[in-house]
Amino acid sequence: MNTKAPANSEAFLQCINCKKILFSIDFEQNLRVCNYCGHHHRLSAATRIAWTFDEDTFEELDTELRSGNPLEFPDYVDKLHAAEAKTKRFDSVVSGRAKLEEMPVSVAVADFNFMGGSMGSVAGEKITRTLERAADEQTPAIIFCASGGARMQEGLLSLMQMAKTTAAAQRCAEAGVPYIAVFTDPTMAGVLASYASIADVIVAEPRALVGFAGTRVSKQAGVSKVPDDFQTAEFCLKHGMIDRIVPRKEMRDTLASLVRTLGGHALSAYAANGGKK
Amino acid sequence: MSSPKTHKEWERELLELEDFIAKAREAARKEAEPKSREALEAKIEDLEKGRDKFIDVMYSNLGPWEKVLIARAEKRPYTLDYVQALFSEYVELQGDRRGFADNAIIGGPALFNGQPVMVVGHQKGRNIQERQFRNFGMAKPEGYRKAIRLFDMAERFRMPVISFVDTPAADPGVESESRGISEAIAAAIMKMFELTVPTVAVVIGEGGSGGAIGIAASNRVLMLENSVYSVIPPEGCAAILWRMPERGPDASKALKLTAASALEYGLIDEILPEPKGGAHRSPVETFATVKEAIEKHLGALQKLSPEVVKTDRYDKYRGMGRFEIAEG
Ligand SMILES: [Zn+2]
Repeated sequence: MNTKAPANSEAFLQCINCKKILFSIDFEQNLRVCNYCGHHHRLSAATRIAWTFDEDTFEELDTELRSGNPLEFPDYVDKLHAAEAKTKRFDSVVSGRAKLEEMPVSVAVADFNFMGGSMGSVAGEKITRTLERAADEQTPAIIFCASGGARMQEGLLSLMQMAKTTAAAQRCAEAGVPYIAVFTDPTMAGVLASYASIADVIVAEPRALVGFAGTRVSKQAGVSKVPDDFQTAEFCLKHGMIDRIVPRKEMRDTLASLVRTLGGHALSAYAANGGKK
Repeated sequence: MSSPKTHKEWERELLELEDFIAKAREAARKEAEPKSREALEAKIEDLEKGRDKFIDVMYSNLGPWEKVLIARAEKRPYTLDYVQALFSEYVELQGDRRGFADNAIIGGPALFNGQPVMVVGHQKGRNIQERQFRNFGMAKPEGYRKAIRLFDMAERFRMPVISFVDTPAADPGVESESRGISEAIAAAIMKMFELTVPTVAVVIGEGGSGGAIGIAASNRVLMLENSVYSVIPPEGCAAILWRMPERGPDASKALKLTAASALEYGLIDEILPEPKGGAHRSPVETFATVKEAIEKHLGALQKLSPEVVKTDRYDKYRGMGRFEIAEG
């Protein structure tokens, strides 16, 4: 047998779900969705931004924020350095302004590759600023979630990011500015139980893992019998927790329609203000 | 030496000593001969002095794991004990009006020093039946939805909200996921930020992650000296870090889950001292401390206008977090 498996070469790769071999070119053209099983593979924040918003309109902000090690938590600094090296980013959330079909939007995109997309002080601050910018500038907010939950290594500081980000979402609601959350694989725990779940509209990518308790936590709590679709986007849809499941290739159009309709009023105010607050 | 896993186990020697003192006292009571009785009583007095010293030593310089055990102690006063001691005319209100009822979060209107307030808190149980009835203090979505109802009423009827926090976590089961436990917690937090009435939360035992913050996003947050507040249970943290839940004591150090740490990081407003030997050794003293603290903070908040009460709360949480700012 050939020791060089085709999955390792550049022209081919293997679907992590159905294990079928895919042509890289096809896979990229299909927005990294498997042609056979429809599995939506995870995207980096940069790719997500490039595939969602108008070309070259994304203006990244809040790049000065860096995680420290406030608790002097064991191995945290090493983990941060490893994540930085892997993603060329300084934290799990990328935030800024962008345009979607020429409409201005306030944007945050989480990157699961950075410590499982976990929310510590920096991620919480970026989400908060994204929602505050939306409220202040009357530009709809779009947040792509991808997170295992709160970042354990920052302890209670991370838990408080749940309150901080939720407060900012409340401010957005009060300002009459729509906030749309997109649940991508995975959207869990402290992120799900805070800003993610109180968006005006929630859409999810097919088969994204979405749930409150991590599997280890459930196991410890003695939760054994679970339905087959437990903690998936489909389970959430069935139970009325999200609005729609939107395949990746329809995401941009769906978001644009939502921004145009729900954000119509806010965007008029934005225009009346000459484009800035 | 392996760490004790429960408060009872940690206090075992002390409990044995107290048991012995109780037996000696019973013997002294039965002793007819005055001289022997006096001798016995003198001995008892010595034993009691020894016990007090023992408590002093045990309860000074408590580590985070000991605090976890004390915070979880069965003998510790629970929410309903505070309700009984601090309020009058409490009427418990139930149901989420969406088809479900929860017994791990309780609440209702009451009078605090004659003033109407809304009380909300997690409730744990002391024996097997009670614990099951209270689901070990782990609220399901309906608990948070009931809390939202109470918060709404508090706002409508201009009543300050007093929360008592004491939960290991929100319920992680299939039922809770199906009914949207995450949304329920998030919506409860969001509701707390809408309020223009003052809100004060007291962590009396376990402040267990999302389950705790769901009713604790208040203007003022107070913690009893031996209570804990954490993003994840130490055992869960140890399971993730080292795949060894039994290393909870190590994780409890790393997580900085004590009241002193929470105050140091600017996440709570005050630490409420407990009687020597913990809140359960003198509940009356504990109730008095908590009552006085609520009076003080509520009094200060009630001097603010409703709008300022709301922005005060926003600003408080807005400032939470520790990060560095890169140059250039
Ligand atoms: Zn596939």
